[in-house]
Amino acid sequence: MTTNSSEIRYLTPPSVEVKKKKYCRFLKSGIKYVDYKDPEFLKKFLNEQGKILPRRLTGTSLKYQRKVSQAVKRARMIALLPYVTDLMK
Amino acid sequence: MLNQYETVFIATPVLSEAQIKEAVGKFKDLIVASGSELIHEEHWGLKKLAYPIQKKSTGFYHLFEFKADPAFIGKLETEYRRDERIIRFITLKLDKFAAAYSEKRQKKVNAKTQKEN
Repeated sequence: MTTNSSEIRYLTPPSVEVKKKKYCRFLKSGIKYVDYKDPEFLKKFLNEQGKILPRRLTGTSLKYQRKVSQAVKRARMIALLPYVTDLMK
Repeated sequence: MLNQYETVFIATPVLSEAQIKEAVGKFKDLIVASGSELIHEEHWGLKKLAYPIQKKSTGFYHLFEFKADPAFIGKLETEYRRDERIIRFITLKLDKFAAAYSEKRQKKVNAKTQKEN
């Protein structure tokens, strides 16, 4: 008997997505205060137009998302970050 | 009751070095004269602004950290508004996490300046 009896074979193997668990970087590394004076760090939470990324993309916890958004807005006030822009990165 | 505050202001880029020093000195004197305790001071120098303010694309940034009476903050901000050399300012009260962070930051800045000297 041949061995190909019950085996289903695909032309292209179905891609099995391994979901990487998101985590809050502040909880993980123990950062307690989000500094508005550090625009390079805050840029991690912005998209190309300088908008704040949602929690569902960054994985930040609610507590720190609030602090991030506060810090970004302060940084915008003193012109360390733009309010609107194109191609920031 | 003293609170810990932090203030950053942007001065216009048209000023010369001496004029900047004079402007910074004025606010420093104001803070010291009010009986507040100046903890830390940082001059970031001429920086590019993320967007133009009063048609200027650069500015001198300066940071003060001090312990003061809440009533003093109003006076300081009025003084900022009256001064034409200041194009933008921000004053914040620091909570305990912010204070711990800024202490760490000061150590880093001090270590850097010592290395340069």
